[in-house]
Amino acid sequence: MATAEAAAPTLAVSGLQAWYGESHVLHCVDFEVRPGEVVTLLGRNGAGKTTTLKAIMGIVGKRSGSVAFTGHETIGLSSDRIARLGMAICPEERAIFSSLSVRENLMLPPRVAPGGLTLERIFALFPNLAERLASGGGKLSGGEQQMLAIARILRTGARFLMLDEPTEGLAPVIIRQIGHTIAELKREGFTILLVEQNFRFAATVSDRYYVMEHGHIELGFANADLDANNMEKLHVRLGV
Amino acid sequence: MIFGHVITAQQLFGQLLIGLINGSFYALLSLGLAVIFGMLNIVNFAHGALYMMGAFVAYFLLHELGLNYWWALIGSPLIVGAFGALIERTLLVRLRGLDPLYSLLLTFGVALMIQGLFQNYFGASGMPYAIPPQLSGAHNLGFMFLPNYRAWVIGFSAFVCLATWFLIEKTRIGAYLRAATENPTMTRAFGLNVPRMITLTYGFGVGLAALAGVLAAPINQVRPGMGADIIAVVFAVVVIGGMGSILGSIITGFTLGVVEGMTKVFYPEASNTVVFVIMAVVLLIKPAGLFGKVA
Repeated sequence: MATAEAAAPTLAVSGLQAWYGESHVLHCVDFEVRPGEVVTLLGRNGAGKTTTLKAIMGIVGKRSGSVAFTGHETIGLSSDRIARLGMAICPEERAIFSSLSVRENLMLPPRVAPGGLTLERIFALFPNLAERLASGGGKLSGGEQQMLAIARILRTGARFLMLDEPTEGLAPVIIRQIGHTIAELKREGFTILLVEQNFRFAATVSDRYYVMEHGHIELGFANADLDANNMEKLHVRLGV
Repeated sequence: MIFGHVITAQQLFGQLLIGLINGSFYALLSLGLAVIFGMLNIVNFAHGALYMMGAFVAYFLLHELGLNYWWALIGSPLIVGAFGALIERTLLVRLRGLDPLYSLLLTFGVALMIQGLFQNYFGASGMPYAIPPQLSGAHNLGFMFLPNYRAWVIGFSAFVCLATWFLIEKTRIGAYLRAATENPTMTRAFGLNVPRMITLTYGFGVGLAALAGVLAAPINQVRPGMGADIIAVVFAVVVIGGMGSILGSIITGFTLGVVEGMTKVFYPEASNTVVFVIMAVVLLIKPAGLFGKVA
């Protein structure tokens, strides 16, 4: 990792632990994401990938350790204050509000910083959404919901995005559209933390990977180091 | 002749007017309850007591500070609304996430305390509150005599109800509230201060009750028991309209006021029970209420 010392990390997670009620889900998670990187968390179901994203966003029951975002310690902050530091999440369940129209869903997250994408750019990335603005949020197809869930965090000016399984259950044509969007965001300097089960998709957009198992990071490597040795380790851990 | 009575046009329109007046109060009060229940899942049993407080604050503003009706119309909802926000911040906040039954019990206790305190200081009898001079007098419509103040109450209540509906269903603030109702965790993760929204929403619903209290002060007397008298019917209105339905509470409020008034004309014996009979029938046919969504 030649660039390891090049820039202060956008996100530095160390010793992160998290609980849902009584169950201890994350045990000492350590990793970092540097400015402009696309980093993917890999791992089997239940390894703690989604919980890691939620713990970073401050929406798990209880968490401890350290999550430094652009130099600010956020472990003691509420999720609304964390969001206003300039991070946004697109959750696995997409969380489209069915009592709001598509337009209201899109306009819901307040601007946290200047420099968000304009609506024209968003509609250029996701033309389907422009046609469905007046529809109820509950009336969208799975693919449209996913596009809306990504689109609404692009307007806010947040430069660090967390995407939880954005391709899950979607048709190949929509997966390509989402891959294209991530590549374009990366070109524009967005920093992205991705959770994916679909390694083939992750490999097309990621700079680096971390593999999670039993609530901690087992392995980390760069895309450039994706040699036979690392592929073998991945194969063992993920079955890909 | 119906049921042995002779019904004159004057009687009919007179009761229609009274029905619309009562309907205005039902609508304003059940709207506040609907906002609070729909958005926060709190069954606010203190609503009647806060309505009574609204009338008393208007009375104090006039007699202690010399501030007239028009000031009370703004001041009383703000003062009582702030008191409501305090209740939410200090008491209701502790019950968040629990079954609405707990907030019902808590607010019921708060209602008893407020009412008891006022009864202790002011006795059970009422104090008069004069109709503002700008609205005294009446118009002869030919078929009936319409007091200006009553026309104002009906028109202003309808306006406030529709404005509240518009605020919640059609504006960005309303979208925030609906989002926070549906998924508070994600709404907060987008950077919106959901706990503050909850406090303000409760204060707003309470402010509507206080506004109804100010409007009622010149019509009924200002009495500690005025809230307890109306709250049972208002809850029936909320149940008939559908718990938490904004438009449902407005339409049902005005309609049931009129139905009650008409019952007084055609079958006076049933006028106190007709709302509850309708409630029972609606619950049998449509348990979620006329405008309610099935949970």
